[in-house]
Amino acid sequence: MTAAAKITALALADRAKRAAKVAAEFADQVDIEGRFPSEGMDALKSERLMGIMIRPELGGEGASLTEVADVCAILGQACAATAMTYAMHQIQIASLADYAVGSAWHEALQKRICDEQLLIASATSEAGIGGNLRNSLCAIEVDGDTARLTKDATVISYGADADAIMVTSRRHPDAAHSDQVATIFLKDQYTLEQTSKWDTLGMRGTCSDGYIFKAEAPSEQILPRPFAEIAAQSMLAVSHLLWGSLWYGIAADAAARAQSFVKAAARKSPGQVPPGALRLAEASSLLQLVKANVVAGLKQFEGCKGDSDALNAMSFSVAMNNVKIGTSQTILEIINHCMLICGIAGYKNGTPFSLGRHLRDAHSAQLMISNDRILGNTSTMLLVNKQDTSLLG
Amino acid sequence: MKQTIRTLLAKHGNLPVAIEDVADGADLYDAGLSSFASVQVMLALEEEFDIEFPEHLLNRKSFSSVDEIAAALTEILEEQAA
Repeated sequence: MTAAAKITALALADRAKRAAKVAAEFADQVDIEGRFPSEGMDALKSERLMGIMIRPELGGEGASLTEVADVCAILGQACAATAMTYAMHQIQIASLADYAVGSAWHEALQKRICDEQLLIASATSEAGIGGNLRNSLCAIEVDGDTARLTKDATVISYGADADAIMVTSRRHPDAAHSDQVATIFLKDQYTLEQTSKWDTLGMRGTCSDGYIFKAEAPSEQILPRPFAEIAAQSMLAVSHLLWGSLWYGIAADAAARAQSFVKAAARKSPGQVPPGALRLAEASSLLQLVKANVVAGLKQFEGCKGDSDALNAMSFSVAMNNVKIGTSQTILEIINHCMLICGIAGYKNGTPFSLGRHLRDAHSAQLMISNDRILGNTSTMLLVNKQDTSLLG
Repeated sequence: MKQTIRTLLAKHGNLPVAIEDVADGADLYDAGLSSFASVQVMLALEEEFDIEFPEHLLNRKSFSSVDEIAAALTEILEEQAA
């Protein structure tokens, strides 16, 4: 048995926990320096966690989205930047694994992802379009067997550290803005000219700089299915569920810190319930809500997987949007509670109870695909879609 | 029926192209139909035909072309008549 085979045979959660330990050690440094979480990502690669969702025939482990979500939650408790980078990479992997079936080039790429533990980024947002990933200005130009693309990408998370980038564009120069394709370009096929610097409040390690992206590659690298289908059936749901999982991780770690603070206070004054204890009980209840929200969403996704009618249903989009809204709002409430519990020890950097990074990282949650935009979409759908009033359905 | 669908698509579809240039079987999303506009068209159809779209027809596919919309409407109207 090779070393790689031995590692993959161990439980995914154990492998994730080992990688998370490394990521946690460098989390504050990554945050302060606003740099790529290379230690955490290297640890994920040595644990062979990059291609787990890929089919076993192509070298992966055929892991479910739920298993990947668990890895994200574990990483979220350690270093949110590592967790977010990993989650965003897995969003591209899910699209590849499910929507590039039958394409020899994309199957060979999946093999390489598993063998070489490649990191895949994505470029969907564009100057003039903003964050709406279902809209493109740039168009791919196919000339014989060659495809060329230039994109003014306002954000390419970890673009400089990725081995390949999945880029959305219009199908051809005459296509409507929403008639899109996604193309995967390998590192040696593109150039990145940096146009903006990612200097943010939180999630500083995702290095989501802006670039002018220019590429040329064989046209077989265009994904065989329309991007509309990939976005509707996979990308949106997978993003909301994986992000929700890592956000749960951030809040869970904050709650764990608050709990140890309350415990320490209780030890100091035996026989008395410390003042923060009630708040901790409230935070625990909110944390359970977030967890239940994510788990119910994952269950619904796994139940619909492979059934394009179910994945295209309006009720499914409403449910996934609600997972995103619910988790992203509630984690802030939880971390605020934890901050009140830990007091100055939580407010200060460098204590075992510090919560500044958690609070700042968690604030990104309502901005990643703006909650207002999502609420707008959901409210449109609710004009015709009936609210599901069943408890178990 | 298809003509009514086309009239409502022209009014509420907010397409970047003229609806006359889109074939009955052509993909409306590729032609630029947004999900917001598709809901507006759906509401207009509900009003026009005095119907309500059932849960199983509330998906992208039912609205992907003039033909698909017509098929969905036929299904709803037949069920109502039965």
